[in-house]
Amino acid sequence: MTRLAGLELPGPVLVAAGCGGTGRELEPYGGLGAIGAFVTRSISLDARPGADAPRIVETPSGLLHAPGPQPGLEPFLATELPALVRSGTRVVVSITGASLGEHAELARRLATAPGLAAIEVAVGGEPFQAASVVAAVVRDLPRGLPVLAKLRPDLVRVVETARAVLDAGAAAVVVGDALPAALPDGRPAGLSGPAIRPISLRCVTEVHSALPDADVVGAGGIATTADARSFLAAGAVAVQVGTALLHDPTTAARIAAELTEET
Amino acid sequence: MSLHVTGELLDSKRVGAYQHLTLVAPGIAERFRPGTFLAVSLADSGRLARRSYWIHQVRPVGGHGPALHLVVEPTGVAGRWLAGLRPGAKVELTGPLGRPFALPKEPVACLLVGEDVSAAPLFALAERLRERGCAVTLLVAGRDEAHLLSALEARRSARAVTVVTADGSVGQKGRVADVVVDTLARARAEVVYAAGPHDTLHAVAAAAEDAGAWSQTAVEVAQPCATGLCHGCPLPVIGEDGVARTVRACTEGPVIRGDRVRWAALA
Repeated sequence: MTRLAGLELPGPVLVAAGCGGTGRELEPYGGLGAIGAFVTRSISLDARPGADAPRIVETPSGLLHAPGPQPGLEPFLATELPALVRSGTRVVVSITGASLGEHAELARRLATAPGLAAIEVAVGGEPFQAASVVAAVVRDLPRGLPVLAKLRPDLVRVVETARAVLDAGAAAVVVGDALPAALPDGRPAGLSGPAIRPISLRCVTEVHSALPDADVVGAGGIATTADARSFLAAGAVAVQVGTALLHDPTTAARIAAELTEET
Repeated sequence: MSLHVTGELLDSKRVGAYQHLTLVAPGIAERFRPGTFLAVSLADSGRLARRSYWIHQVRPVGGHGPALHLVVEPTGVAGRWLAGLRPGAKVELTGPLGRPFALPKEPVACLLVGEDVSAAPLFALAERLRERGCAVTLLVAGRDEAHLLSALEARRSARAVTVVTADGSVGQKGRVADVVVDTLARARAEVVYAAGPHDTLHAVAAAAEDAGAWSQTAVEVAQPCATGLCHGCPLPVIGEDGVARTVRACTEGPVIRGDRVRWAALA
């Protein structure tokens, strides 16, 4: 049993945002039963097409990804979310907004959605802006619905940003979002995967050491049980597995099972 | 239901420009249907994107049960790596993936159009169609003779075979688009199946629509995960309701009705 942000989860391995499809795609590969929680792809208010192809490009030890397609909140609430909740897994909805108003609106409308365990929001790496986003999300949520703030693994400001979002009401921090990068043709993209793992691990270590009482979720290129263990040893209470699922869809279920065997 | 397993390479041989691989992968061959594919993980753990290959055939191999046949063009990082593997090598793979070709309920005349290595899924399809009493006509195209896939094998499962090469080294000189209208008319085909580059598929889908035939196209789009997780293989389509959408090639495709694809939007 893993305690995270006031939640009791069946294990410390979470599926990271944007890497688990709609959830049911993982069913043939170990399923979600042993997974601590499933973080959905980031949901915006309105449906949006994804960036033009090629949207996801391989780079040494990493994947570059431009923004993906968005179903929009209404279709998500009507189909994807109920299906996930029915599957019995703990569902964390990741949200993305273009403004504080959009973040607040997303939070208001998700507050009444049945079956939600938590909300995750990627807040970047700038402390003031990150805290503003978290405050906007937290304001309209019922008390029992925790907010996880996902931070960019930028060592220079990650501790300050973590402190700011926790003060603003985040129940936990996810340390290790994609790093800002560019596709070969120059379009903006995020860099994820093992390439950023050592950087994320350092950030988790620093955040835990500065804020030992905070719930920290480690993320960034975790692909093996040994990787997960190093993040847990650095002070994370849980880990997220993302990019590795695209290379081997059994990764999260396998790490979850192997961690359980050891304890 | 797809599986993620460690497969073993049994045999690898060069035929023309392509490497033909025979793999055992427990459970995958048994679930194969023509038009499904495999996603291969490169052994180099620094290369995260997966590579998709059509399952060419499923054939029993003594002592191993059914084995998978892949055809690989030995170019690019993945193609060179796969083509260079020796028997006994282990390969991480997932399959069978994707929606297969839909088979007609009645024994109707069918035209199968394939080009270069992309033609791989059509030969098993031809066998299934023949078993159902369909009259199968094959149109096989290639850059040249070396890139013409399985033309001999094709003659076993088809009533008529037309061969075209871009350089005229074997068969007629030309491209699919030059001959598909005539071939379709001669075959009196009611269903057309196509596997090849996008411009070829577009030409075949248009010819089928003009002739009042159903078409199914096997569309190759790079698939970073191939399992529906990443939403990174956009396939622009028009839905049954007439609304333009983008679906995942790996889960909603890669076989899709030719008249549903927005070919102009396909990069």
